[in-house]
Amino acid sequence: MLKLSGVVTSYGSLPVLKGVSLEVKGGEIVCLLGGNASGKSTTMKTILGTVPPRKGTIEFDGQRIDGLPTAEIVRRGISLVPEGRRIFARMTVWENLVMGAFTRREAPADELTEDLERIYGLFPRLRERRDQLGGTLSGGEQQMLAIGRALMSRPRLLLMDEPSMGLAPALVDLVFDIIREINSRGMTILVVEQNASVALSMAHRGYVLKNGRIVMHDRASALLEAEGVRRAYLGEA
Amino acid sequence: MDSFAILPQQLVFGIALGTVYSLIALGYTLVYGILFMINFAHGEVFMIGAYLGWGLLTWLLSAQLSSLHPLWVLPLLLLQGMIGAGLVGLSLEFFAYRPLYKRGATRLGPLISAVGASIFLQNLVMLTQGARMKVYMTSLLFPPSWRLQVAGVNISALLIVITLTSTLLMFGLHYLVQHTTLGRAMRAVAEDREMAEIVGVKVWRVIAATFFLGSSLGGAAGVLVGLYYTQIDFFMGYSAGLKAFTAAVLGGIGNIRGAMLGGLVLGIAESLAVTFMNPAYRDVITFAILILTLIFRPTGLLGERLSEWEKL
Ligand SMILES: Nc1ncnc2c1ncn2[C@@H]1O[C@H](COP(=O)(O)OP(=O)(O)O)[C@@H](O)[C@H]1O
Ligand SMILES: [Mg+2]
Repeated sequence: MLKLSGVVTSYGSLPVLKGVSLEVKGGEIVCLLGGNASGKSTTMKTILGTVPPRKGTIEFDGQRIDGLPTAEIVRRGISLVPEGRRIFARMTVWENLVMGAFTRREAPADELTEDLERIYGLFPRLRERRDQLGGTLSGGEQQMLAIGRALMSRPRLLLMDEPSMGLAPALVDLVFDIIREINSRGMTILVVEQNASVALSMAHRGYVLKNGRIVMHDRASALLEAEGVRRAYLGEA
Repeated sequence: MDSFAILPQQLVFGIALGTVYSLIALGYTLVYGILFMINFAHGEVFMIGAYLGWGLLTWLLSAQLSSLHPLWVLPLLLLQGMIGAGLVGLSLEFFAYRPLYKRGATRLGPLISAVGASIFLQNLVMLTQGARMKVYMTSLLFPPSWRLQVAGVNISALLIVITLTSTLLMFGLHYLVQHTTLGRAMRAVAEDREMAEIVGVKVWRVIAATFFLGSSLGGAAGVLVGLYYTQIDFFMGYSAGLKAFTAAVLGGIGNIRGAMLGGLVLGIAESLAVTFMNPAYRDVITFAILILTLIFRPTGLLGERLSEWEKL
């Protein structure tokens, strides 16, 4: 479904991704692991086109999407839950969700209502708080809103950048349950995580990124066993 | 003469003037809210609106149409002034600011570009229209006899029309920003530009639309001011711009309701000042307000944006 081949991305003259190749197949949960500043968020932004790649190709459903404007990439079915949630704090919950459907603003009104109902069904808390400003929500609620907002564009591939970051352990479990639930309904997911053990237990496959290069990739269960990953990300000596 | 006797009269005048300041101030605040830049050429956009209105009115009069009723002439003047000024705003954004931002300019570059654009527009109008002032034939549209006498206060029809028009435009803008797709996109870009892009907003289109909207309100104000003062010249945008900028800062720059409130407060303060003091002090009042605001309440009356500014 998604295929990156030899992607190089730089900010200014400094290359951050130095030839990243990875693949996500339809229906999978793929986990992207890596230490701080290894280029995980940059990978996400490159796929979505907010930072264009310098070299390499990105294919989605067999068609090149590198170089397309972000709006077009979102329209084709990729959407991002960004690191740190990035809720529009001065907009209501409802407005945040409607912003998520921005590329579908020409769609019939009842389609949007239907999508809103779907999100409210998944996250009843959001329905209760729909007229509240995004900034007044708790961290967990904001993460739900960020996921809901991303789903409003009706993506087929959901990119999630550290969805468990800064959440209490109970909420982390909840977020991972939600990811499984969304995936079981047919959504393909590429998720970046620091929380490697939990992420790998839920993912089908995983990639390990180091200094802008993929240094390892395998089935998730194999990565959980792998010596290097255990040492680097699972806090084991 | 007894100052208190003319106080109600001055108040009515101050409110009308205030709504016009608010209208211009909205242009500064909209652009600031989204680009964190003071568009110092906005006063010139207002001035060009006044010239466009003057041009059309003069042409209509020379065409000797049998009846020039304000009911259709005024909307026509406003529409033309707003579209024209809006296009000037679009060009400013496209030629004077966007290239700088695309090359990673921070704050100073666009500001200098704005001052340059302001001087350019003044000279463009001076060279093409002449340096002498132009006269709005307002009395042919709003005869001086059209006036209301309420409790000893004399209110001309024109003053009422000006107040209503600016108020209506402001409410229109407020509605647009709060309740339409474009308005939501504008607020999203103002709050978190990268996130807006992530949900698929074409950020530079929204910025251009913001310039168009803010400039068109300035253009409408230009027409209204032209009709009221009847004399316009290429330099009129300078002081009007500074006053509206003061109104925007007073209300809290970047804050839409703040710009409306700031304009009103400034308009009333000015007309009260000329009631009790030498009218020559009018501008002193304005700039005293600007300086005091900046010293004691830099976020303005309704501002909560300073933290955003500092975060950048
Ligand atoms: N907007 C940016 N401009 C310049 N450098 C950046 C920018 N964003 C990230 N970087 C740099 O790119 C590298 C990778 O960042 P990032 O992709 O955010 O890493 P990760 O998400 O894996 O922690 C870091 O060294 C970071 O400093
Ligand atoms: Mg990151």
